[in-house]
Order: sequence, then C-alpha cells, then structure tokens
Amino acid sequence: MNALRKHVIQPILDCWSLLVGLKITGKYFCKPLITVHYPRQVIDSENLSTYGGHVELVGMPKDPAMPKCISCMMCVTNCPSNCLKVVKSKPPATTPEQEQAWKEAEERGEKVVRPKAPKQPTKFMYDYTLCSLCGTCIDNCPVNTLRFSSNIYWVATSRKEMHIDLLARLREQAAEVSASAPKPEARPAAAQKEA
Amino acid sequence: MSAYQNMDQMTGDFYTQKFEAAKQDGTLIINMGPQHPSTHGVLRIVIEVDGEYIVRAEPVLGYLHRMHEKMGEVQTWGGFIPNMGRVDYGHAMAWNWAYVGAVEKLMGIEVPERAQYLRVIMTELNRLTSHLLWWGAYILDLGAFTPIMYAFDDREMLLDILQRPSASRLTYSNFRVGGVQMDMDDKCIELIKAFIPHFRDRLPMYHDLVTENIILRRRIEDIGIIDQDMCRRYGCTGPVLRGAGVAYDVRRSEPYSVYDRFDFEIPTQDSACSAGRYHVRIAEMEQSLRIIEQALEQLPGAEGSHIVDKAPKPAMKPPVGEAYFAVEGARGKIGIYVASDGTKTPYRVKLRAPGFSNMNAFAEAATGTILADAVAILGSLDLIIPELDR
Repeated sequence: MNALRKHVIQPILDCWSLLVGLKITGKYFCKPLITVHYPRQVIDSENLSTYGGHVELVGMPKDPAMPKCISCMMCVTNCPSNCLKVVKSKPPATTPEQEQAWKEAEERGEKVVRPKAPKQPTKFMYDYTLCSLCGTCIDNCPVNTLRFSSNIYWVATSRKEMHIDLLARLREQAAEVSASAPKPEARPAAAQKEA
Repeated sequence: MSAYQNMDQMTGDFYTQKFEAAKQDGTLIINMGPQHPSTHGVLRIVIEVDGEYIVRAEPVLGYLHRMHEKMGEVQTWGGFIPNMGRVDYGHAMAWNWAYVGAVEKLMGIEVPERAQYLRVIMTELNRLTSHLLWWGAYILDLGAFTPIMYAFDDREMLLDILQRPSASRLTYSNFRVGGVQMDMDDKCIELIKAFIPHFRDRLPMYHDLVTENIILRRRIEDIGIIDQDMCRRYGCTGPVLRGAGVAYDVRRSEPYSVYDRFDFEIPTQDSACSAGRYHVRIAEMEQSLRIIEQALEQLPGAEGSHIVDKAPKPAMKPPVGEAYFAVEGARGKIGIYVASDGTKTPYRVKLRAPGFSNMNAFAEAATGTILADAVAILGSLDLIIPELDR
C-alpha cells in the first residue's frame, strides 16, 4: 500500500499541483490588464494627488503667487540634509533725508516707525538632490506654507535642474491656474450688465 | 622572485586569500556575489565547492556600509529619523518605531493612544509589503517568474494606501518623537478596510499557485536546517527562530505600545528548514491582517491626536542617560540603543539588525548542500543587505 501511495498516487497529486497552478495562471490571463502602460495611459488622479513628491510652496488664498512664508527659518534649521536655502527680504532703501528726520524725531522723544522688511523671502531655493523627503520642514512650518507636491512625472536631465527655485515655481503655478480657470468675479459683473 | 612578481601571482583580495589558506585539494573557490541576483544587493559569499557541493562558505560584508551609526552622532535627534527608512527598505516603519521608541523612553514621553494605533496599523501594513516583497523575490530566485507579479499587484495597493499618511512609498520616515507625521483620513481607513478582504481572498490563490506547487516543495523542504540550537548560537530571531519552533515574538514576549490589546497567534513550524520559514511568513501575513482589523475597530475609541501636544522639535535635548528599545520587524528583533549626553545630537546610536545575525547562520546551514540549494537557503533568510551593513 505504501509503495502504491509513493509511486502512483503521490506523483499524480504532484502533477495535479502543477495543473492547479496553470489553472490560476489561465484565469488571470483572461482578466483585464492591471498594469498601466505609461505614457499611453496614466494612473488615476486620486492616486496622483496623494503622491508625495518634492517640497513646494503654498500660496496665500487671495494671492496665489505670493507664499505664506514669513522667513522664520524653521524649515532651514530643522532640515536634516540642509537642502533648503531661504534669503530674507531687506528693509526698503531709505534716503539720508529720511534718516535725518527720524533721528531728529527720536531726539525729540517721539516714537519713530521705520519701514520694516517685508516678511516674504526674496529667495527660496530647494536642492532636490539632497532632500530625503522626510517632511520635517512641513511639520515645523508655523504657517503651513510647505507641502509635498504631486509632481510625479518630473524628470531632470542634469543635477542643476534639481535645484529648484520654489518662488518661481509658485508664480508659474499661479499663472497656470489663473489662465486656465475662469474668473469667478467676471460672471456676476456681466450678469449685472445684462440685467 | 621579487615582491612585485609575488603580488602578481596572487589572485583575489584579502578575504579570498585568507579563505584560500585552508583550501583542500581538488576544490574550487568561487565568489557568489557581490553582483549575484539572488543576493538581492551586494552581499558577497566566498564559497569553496567540491564539484557541486559546498565545503565551506563565508559571507563578506561591507559593500553597502553607509555608517548610519556614525551619522547618528552628527545629526540632530529628530534629523536621524529619515536614516531609519534607509537602513531597511523592506520594513522601514519598524526601524522608525525602534528609534523613536528609544528616544521617547529616554525623554519619558507618553504617546497618545490614537498615535499608538496608527503606528500599529502602519507597521503591520508595512510588514505585509515586506513579506510580499520577500515572497515574490524568493520564488523569483528559485526560478518562477509569475508569482512576483501577483505579489507586486497586492503590494502596489498597499503602497497606494501607505503613501497617503506618510507621503512615501518605500523609505518611510513617518514616525516622529511623540507620534506620527500625519493623521489617517477617512478615505485611507476605507481603503485599508477594503484591502483586508481582498487580500484574504488572494492568500488561498498564493497557496494553490506556489505553496502547494511540487517544484517549490521539492526545492525548499528539508533544505537548510537551522535548528533551535543554531538559532541560539547565532542570535537568530524573527521567522528564522519561529521556523525552528520557538514562539518568540517581541510583540508578545515584551509587548510594547498597544500590542497587548490584540488577539493574534504566533505561527511556528517545527521543521526548521527553508519550508518552515516560508510557512511562518505566509502565516504571519494572515496574523498581520488580524491585527490591522482589530486596530481599525479600536481606532475610533482611541484618545488623543496623532501626535503628542507640544511635541519636541527635531533639535530636542533629551536628558543625560541611555535607553534601549526593541520591536519586532519583518526579519526579527530590531533593537536600538541610544545614549544622550544632554546635547542636540545623540552621543551614540547602536542599531541591532536582525538580518545580520540571521545571515551568519547561512555559512553553517549551507555547508554540505549543493550550490542551487544555497540560493534556496539564502532566500529563506529574507536578507536585506542595507540592513546587514547599516
């Protein structure tokens, strides 16, 4: 009986396991493709929007070309790989006459309000070759001006292209949005004219 | 003969020459790796073969050494977290957890309940991706190409889920000291809930297609015996130890976080061979699904947010002292020891990689087997080379 099992039944069962495998392969062969043939096809936008690409700036709600950034340097000091570089704005240039007037006012004991530097940075450079996409800058930003972009199809042909000027990128994005989207205020105005 | 000529006659590097000193007559010394496909990276094994039988084997490490431990001594405490994702690309979350756990222990931070549950869900999902990666690649090593496609189909779904709360797909640096980076949105939880029954349906297919397949069974059964005694000598943990019949799991033996609230089994196999380790990992995937299911049930009732209030900044200064924290990774016990001298950078970070111990058992297990079986043994250990070298 043992010999029968070893030499006849077991080999049949062994071959059967291969047939079971072939059946599964055949079943999946008849099912529709699950791979995405890029660039003829692209993945759905739902998946694209949750992808965490390189870091980018978020604009102000009213002025999308202007970042919410206040140049506090939290992102720069906390970045583990030193890939961000922020240059603060300088206070506006003053004339010697103004300086003189302020000095006199101070001597008189009046309160002088000198023009302050704007909070927005003049430069926001980002080195993608160094970034490890840990999100520490995003966590530590007090005004939430940083986020991961969903720039999934971005390629660069040189290292230099990986050094991104985030301010220029934000301006480009804002221009694209305003060019493509119809202006919401224009419609009521036109409707009023018709009325 | 001049010294130069002597040099010229020498073949191989230091390791080969050292290995060659004990060479027997009629044998051949060959290098398996560092560019061998079955070593999944740059592991090099010097092998002495007699015909097709392995007489001796010796792993040579260091081709992927990136001095992570030294990097820890120059980075800030929070700045070291991204490194953890790079140590083990397979199960990055567990490494994240081991590190932040050690720092939290040092600083005495109580992590909110919700963050604990989020950590459990993320780590278990990541364990599934790790086991799927191993499963596909192991079968690929043994010569079957199709299964890796099925594994990556499911893995892709998991990565799509995991990219939502962590913004990464492979090298996660999702954990923060005191919690996690982002909270999970409802859509993400919905996707995980949909994935669990989908994957449960797929597991029988995996079983029919591969586990029961006679070609695979003949190749891995009774091959590469790593028994309890060997595991103890080499310090093997994880599926290698459980495959030898020891029900040791850090999640159960020293429960950290909220793992004591879940009902799950620790799969073991007594065969101690490659097939045993294979079956343990397949069974572990089912248990991970169970843990995720229970964690999702308990998540809405968990208190607190995804991160502790007033979470420390990356340039935190933990008090002077030392701490050790161990978690169960996909490959075994991951332990991280940190020492602080009260400054912004750690004084010392020691990483205990499970793969390093597991890999060392290979030389003994492979002795006396044929070369093709060595690949079956190496694959069954589930080695991630960046983790070995750190």
